[in-house]
Amino acid sequence: MEEGKVLSQSLQQSAAAYVIIHDKFGDALSAFDANETMPFFEVLDTAQWPEIALFMRDHPKLQFNYMACLSGVDYQAEEKVGIVCNIESLGQRNHKLAVKVKCARHGGSIPSVAEVWHTANWHEREAYDMFGMLFTDHPDMRRILCPDDWEGYPLLKDYKVQESYHGIKVPY
Amino acid sequence: MGLLDAAITKHNVLVTSVDNVLNWARLSSLWPMGFGLACCAIEMMATNASNYDLERFGIFPRSSPRQSDLMIVAGTVTMKMAERVIRLYEQMPEPRYVLSMGSCSNCGGPYWEHGYHVLKGVDRIIPVDVYVPGCPPRPESLIGGLMKVQELIRMEQIGISRADALKKLAEKSIDPQFVIDRERKAATA
Repeated sequence: MEEGKVLSQSLQQSAAAYVIIHDKFGDALSAFDANETMPFFEVLDTAQWPEIALFMRDHPKLQFNYMACLSGVDYQAEEKVGIVCNIESLGQRNHKLAVKVKCARHGGSIPSVAEVWHTANWHEREAYDMFGMLFTDHPDMRRILCPDDWEGYPLLKDYKVQESYHGIKVPY
Repeated sequence: MGLLDAAITKHNVLVTSVDNVLNWARLSSLWPMGFGLACCAIEMMATNASNYDLERFGIFPRSSPRQSDLMIVAGTVTMKMAERVIRLYEQMPEPRYVLSMGSCSNCGGPYWEHGYHVLKGVDRIIPVDVYVPGCPPRPESLIGGLMKVQELIRMEQIGISRADALKKLAEKSIDPQFVIDRERKAATA
């Protein structure tokens, strides 16, 4: 970011969208991280996340109508797990933003946005399957890839695979 | 073999053993179960299709385990799928054969260390007769494996176990280097 003073056009759009959200929700959001790869902000007050999501989708100047991805992340050093949502306004405003939401590493929960963007339904199930955070008010909070009776959450950094599954040895 | 090539005119008598006839019939219509688990299945489908044309060996896929003689485990067997594979194997009528195709079903392949969800070798759950190495094996390799299954069937006799037949097959194995050298010599001559 040598010539950091001149933001690219897409970054300017993202920053403008952030300002609108920040005006409404204030301290519930972190500061805007204006990086070129994935401009993002974090939701500090996780309880407000569905409300923020709905605002982002329905505000006439935002129109974030498309959730491109929702990924889980393990922040082992912070004792937290979280999600990163890549949200775009497709065919409307053509801007994009990423939103990060974090919760406690064991037994934590994040409010679901599956009713805001239906894409989030399965993606949240996958994040739960791999990292173990629960999504409150999710319509169908089950594992999606691993078997229902699988032990542990495989993408946690300190994950140890179970010795056997239904009598079949798992490790090599 | 050579039986059908010979000109059989009337009043001929063929003498053979029941074993030979039964084995010949079984190995000439080896029906695999049509199911694939991963990328190996693409290679298996290519082998079934017209370029490699498995039907010339009497091998063509059936849609039900109850009509199949052979199970080609083509691809990565996940822990979730493992129990279904056992179920499918149990539904096949005897005598049944299992061909493990590709590194994943042989031993877990690239998932052997960090693939928490992958079964490290299908032989942990069902008995495997022939292993075909490769990732994925080329159609020629798969055909080679199927030929091996046919040879195994040819070794069988009424009253001997599968293990004995496999032992007989192993005794009859030829050193591939010998064949390669022989073919090379023939090519230069």
